[in-house]
Amino acid sequence: MKPLKAHNGIVATLDRANVDTDQIIAKQFLKSIARTGFGSQLFYDWRYLPDGKADPTFPLNQDRFKNASILVAKNNFGCGSSREHAVWAIDQYGFKVVVAPWQDREGGRVPGFADIFKNNCSKNALLTIELSEAEVEKIFKTVDAHPGLTATADVEKQTLTLHAKPEISFHFEIDAAVKERLLNGLDDIGITLKAESDITAFEKTHTSYISR
Amino acid sequence: MAKTLFEKIWEKHLVSTLPDGNSLIYIDRHLVHEVTSPQAFEGLRLSGRKVRRPELTFATMDHNVPTDDRMNIKDPISKAQVDALTKNCKEFGVKLYDLNSDQQGIVHIIGPELGLTVPGATIVCGDSHTSTHGAFGTFALGIGTSEVEHVLATQCLPQKKPKTFKVEFKGQLKPRVTAKDLVLKLIGLIGTAGGTGYVIEYCGDAIRSLSMEGRMTVCNMSIEAGARAGMIAPDQITFDYISKPGRPFAPKGDDLVRAIAYWKTLPSDPDAKFDRELVIDASTIAPQVTWGTSPGMVLDVTSRIPEPGKVPGYAARDVEQALNYMGLKPGTPITDIKIDTVFIGSCTNARIEDLRAAAAVFKGKKVAASVKVLVVPGSQQVLKQAEAEGLDRIFKDSGAQWRQSGCSMCLAMNPDFLQPGERCASTSNRNFEGRQGKGGRTHLVSPEMAAAAAIAGHFVDIRNI
Repeated sequence: MKPLKAHNGIVATLDRANVDTDQIIAKQFLKSIARTGFGSQLFYDWRYLPDGKADPTFPLNQDRFKNASILVAKNNFGCGSSREHAVWAIDQYGFKVVVAPWQDREGGRVPGFADIFKNNCSKNALLTIELSEAEVEKIFKTVDAHPGLTATADVEKQTLTLHAKPEISFHFEIDAAVKERLLNGLDDIGITLKAESDITAFEKTHTSYISR
Repeated sequence: MAKTLFEKIWEKHLVSTLPDGNSLIYIDRHLVHEVTSPQAFEGLRLSGRKVRRPELTFATMDHNVPTDDRMNIKDPISKAQVDALTKNCKEFGVKLYDLNSDQQGIVHIIGPELGLTVPGATIVCGDSHTSTHGAFGTFALGIGTSEVEHVLATQCLPQKKPKTFKVEFKGQLKPRVTAKDLVLKLIGLIGTAGGTGYVIEYCGDAIRSLSMEGRMTVCNMSIEAGARAGMIAPDQITFDYISKPGRPFAPKGDDLVRAIAYWKTLPSDPDAKFDRELVIDASTIAPQVTWGTSPGMVLDVTSRIPEPGKVPGYAARDVEQALNYMGLKPGTPITDIKIDTVFIGSCTNARIEDLRAAAAVFKGKKVAASVKVLVVPGSQQVLKQAEAEGLDRIFKDSGAQWRQSGCSMCLAMNPDFLQPGERCASTSNRNFEGRQGKGGRTHLVSPEMAAAAAIAGHFVDIRNI
């Protein structure tokens, strides 16, 4: 995995909650046995008209979000299927950062991203940033007021800075292990294999009461 | 210290704590299918790695499989993906249940059938509905392709310990109300992200009364509540299921006796603490029907389509978008919604009891003239059992199509999909936009409710039949 220390780019907003991985990458594209080629298939059903032309009403097809690399959406982004193709599609389209709001609900705080999706992002150096609903609202408004708005996500400092006038900066939380992997571009399997002696020792005594 | 079922399994599988603070968890069973594995096997090849424990790894092909002429995959890209699995399993020494096998089927249906799924184990699969296996008191979770490669290479998975969420269903379900209705009701209450970050343990009288198949339906849809996994403590019903003949990988004889003694120690201790708890009165649950494009957009069959702004957990705009996509108007009684297609199948509801329940509704009745019905058994074993019981005749006599096993119209990767605007009563698990085909409109229901809708041509309250 390539390291991701900081990223600067144009911000695109997608005013949708519960964006599921079926919508991010439709089933017909999961038949590929390659790990590349998914960028043009991102949000396929929303992005293209039945005749195959770009739908001008879909935000990412609009000039204002051309070459955007920071995607801001609403709550529960990436829910549904475990397909990592969703992350590959977002990454290969050109997004390096995705932002979604957490929500405070009865029973506790609800994360902005679905678990498996967020995990898959961390394996592909795609940074997920969770902010409050009010902060995400602020980003939507700032983007509307500043065409071509750019922002910088800094993994080390854990900040997302909107380069508006004046600049607006948000702090975000990130799992320490995910941060370390992003900053150093670590290979997960390589890390686990360093514990090889632990795994071998474990296997010698582990009984899970299943027939072998 | 008192422990939960989840904590007991977690501790037993903790290999080590990694320098970054994550836990390294040992995986007892790794299930593999054709869609999320090719890039993982390719990763192994590129890095010169092997499958560490091929004897703990089991593969089948289910997503791409045609349900009519199954041996003849016409789509060359689907065929290439299925062939890649055959090649990869051969090269890496992984046991494969392919299309020639009597034991092929949806990966989450064949795991329990083969006795691969047992209490206290850890199971992963590159598929979000791996949560199904939690019905046995197993810690079972869906993973992405990078993690599939990780488990193939190391038999371990680095994990951050999830939080625990106890959901107790007090009392008993009313007649004709099913496990599907129970879990849809829960998702409606807590929302599709309500379980994010948690492992849910289901308990209470209504859960204890469910068969293993019903418990699998409940755990299957844990992911639709956002949960990392769903679990149910094992009991005599679990042990009886595993002890049935024909489960080649289940413990037998003395091993089984020892295993059951261990499994009996797994249920959560009475004073175990959970991070979150919720109690639901099961006796108040009615048959459920989803009306929108998120599984949390669900109501009692007796309800009317809601107004935007009046749906807890969804912004007015979310509801407007959903109703627009679904072609529905606020105020319409759910029982007035006409359907074009009925799909009875998927890892949620394609086991033998699901088919029996649907057949009991179809028996002696005809499918409405305008409705197309697909009945897709979850595995070849389910198919054989259904045919031995004559269920296939009941389906065919009523005008339904009886198909071969696979994922089919649940996600429509194979040739079974909805046309734009087509409306489907489906026993599957996701009503996302386009899930069953671009422009298709999905309503999630139980097998009984799907069958009743097939006959009437619109939704009906199964309790009135």
